Amino acid sequence: MTPAENAAHFRQRVEEIKAVYPDSRSAIMGALHLAQREHGGWLPPEALEEVAEAMELTPAYVQSVASFYDMYQLEPVGRHTVEVCTNLSCALAGAQSVVDAFEQELGVRAGETTEDGAVTFRIVECAGGCGSAPVVVVDHRYREPVRAEDVQEIVEELRG
Amino acid sequence: MADRLTVLTGAEGHDLSKLEQYRAAGGYASLEKARGMTPAELIQQISDASLRGRGGAGFPMGRKLSLVPGPDKRSGPSYVVCNADESEPGAFKDREIMRRVPHRLIEGCLIAAYTIQSKNVFIYIRGEYLAEYEVLAAAVEEARAAGLFGDVEILVHRGAGAYICGEESALLDSLEGKRGQPRPRPPFPPVTGLYSGPTLVNNVQTLASVPSILELGVEAYKQLGVASAPGTVVYSLSGNVSRPGNYELPLGTTIRELVFEHGHGVAGGRALKAIIPGGSSVPVFTPDQLDVALDFDSVQAAGSYLGSAAIIVVDDRCCMVQLGLRAEKFYMHESCGKCTPCREGTRWLVQLLQRIEDGHGRQSDLDLLRTVCDRILGKSLCALGDFAVYCVASYVDKFYDEFQRHIDLGGCPFGSHSSIDGIVAPSDQHAHTAMPDPVTA
Repeated sequence: MTPAENAAHFRQRVEEIKAVYPDSRSAIMGALHLAQREHGGWLPPEALEEVAEAMELTPAYVQSVASFYDMYQLEPVGRHTVEVCTNLSCALAGAQSVVDAFEQELGVRAGETTEDGAVTFRIVECAGGCGSAPVVVVDHRYREPVRAEDVQEIVEELRG
Repeated sequence: MADRLTVLTGAEGHDLSKLEQYRAAGGYASLEKARGMTPAELIQQISDASLRGRGGAGFPMGRKLSLVPGPDKRSGPSYVVCNADESEPGAFKDREIMRRVPHRLIEGCLIAAYTIQSKNVFIYIRGEYLAEYEVLAAAVEEARAAGLFGDVEILVHRGAGAYICGEESALLDSLEGKRGQPRPRPPFPPVTGLYSGPTLVNNVQTLASVPSILELGVEAYKQLGVASAPGTVVYSLSGNVSRPGNYELPLGTTIRELVFEHGHGVAGGRALKAIIPGGSSVPVFTPDQLDVALDFDSVQAAGSYLGSAAIIVVDDRCCMVQLGLRAEKFYMHESCGKCTPCREGTRWLVQLLQRIEDGHGRQSDLDLLRTVCDRILGKSLCALGDFAVYCVASYVDKFYDEFQRHIDLGGCPFGSHSSIDGIVAPSDQHAHTAMPDPVTA
């Protein structure tokens, strides 16, 4: 598709989301999820502008919403994301050793992306997997529990 | 009880995520029964069953239903909003309910909608629960295609990562397409909620509990649990316990039974140090409180809250200053920033605890911690700031000697041997410049 076709397609998808709500502004979260998917997992300024245009809101308003929620990324991310929960139950189950293993295996600190752009590694707050801790979320899919000794295999799979 | 489907009980060993299997297990019979009654009769049944909200506050659902004005007393539409933004550290029950018995939740939503004569149901599911969203959305499609909705519409709305959106008024703002920040109250949602219309907001488990009231009948339902809180609840058990997981049991089960019978005790046979009875936000219990019954009133009488019935077991290897610091970093990160006492106070708490843990604490810091707690408590629009205080204030009170030893030794008495030593939080990970320290500035 040409960029113009892409833009038209995006606007149409957002219109469909807007149509299911009594008030179209409720579609902003769905529109942001969609835009983020289409822009490789993050929201560059042009993505916020596309959402603003489709939602008939200002880019500043869209950014105010996008910046509020942890799952909207306003900085570039790698092709894959790895997230480790370190909240209380995961901490008690040894989450820090999993964090250390990922940092060593990936060669980055939490919050960073590998130099080859393959993996963004983050620490997150409670993911709701406390009963099978520690929880690791790989490309938005839960793996639980993950131990330090499982980390190498996960990284190899992502670098595949 | 074991064979009969309540919420999760009865769903063991077979897949009830599909309509056919759910129906074979007796599913949607309660909806049919409900639609054969008048809304007033239904509200009476739910009130008589004394169903209390399972999301944290334990508010009686019947009373909430009766606060929503009926069709003849309102000018516009009313709404049912299911709070599926489960984010309380330690809680993972709604996730399992949505994944394993999504139709139970849908059935509860449809009954609730009939009760307040609403045509619109929104299920606000936290964004991280992608697999659960897919299961639930498929179940919604299946139920709609089977004609179970009548003139009701159910919409599953994905959040995007914000603990505060589990707070009902923040959830409503988020659902309206805004930053998810709490509203001043009154008015409360049953009067002025979503799109300013009357709105019933209930947690996943609360709604999923409604069908079994109709199935069992009020009297049989009340045989479960305790008089002040009948029925079952799904306890989420985690931390240093041999068998963590969700356990659906009658309300009023003791901590001892949950942890030692169902959970098979502290992992590795270690000594128990502390029990958090209702998610990270509530005051901690000590091992002498194992016989407290886990129902709303009993836990409150013992000085804490049942909250979302998320029980976290802590063994003797854990430093309580570190645990408090990790919890406080969570509240600091999740404070929405609207109210100053919560936004600034949680930062103060993080920095004071960090200083104590690092060995730079002063004797006066222990009093300062309590003073800061006092300046947060009850001074914001929602309870997030209070949650930040309940946990840490109780750690200081109940483990005062351990805090004192950090000051006396000029460092952590655990050395580097605490089970959560060096735990890194999301607020630590960004390469931002260091925050100015308001404590010393």
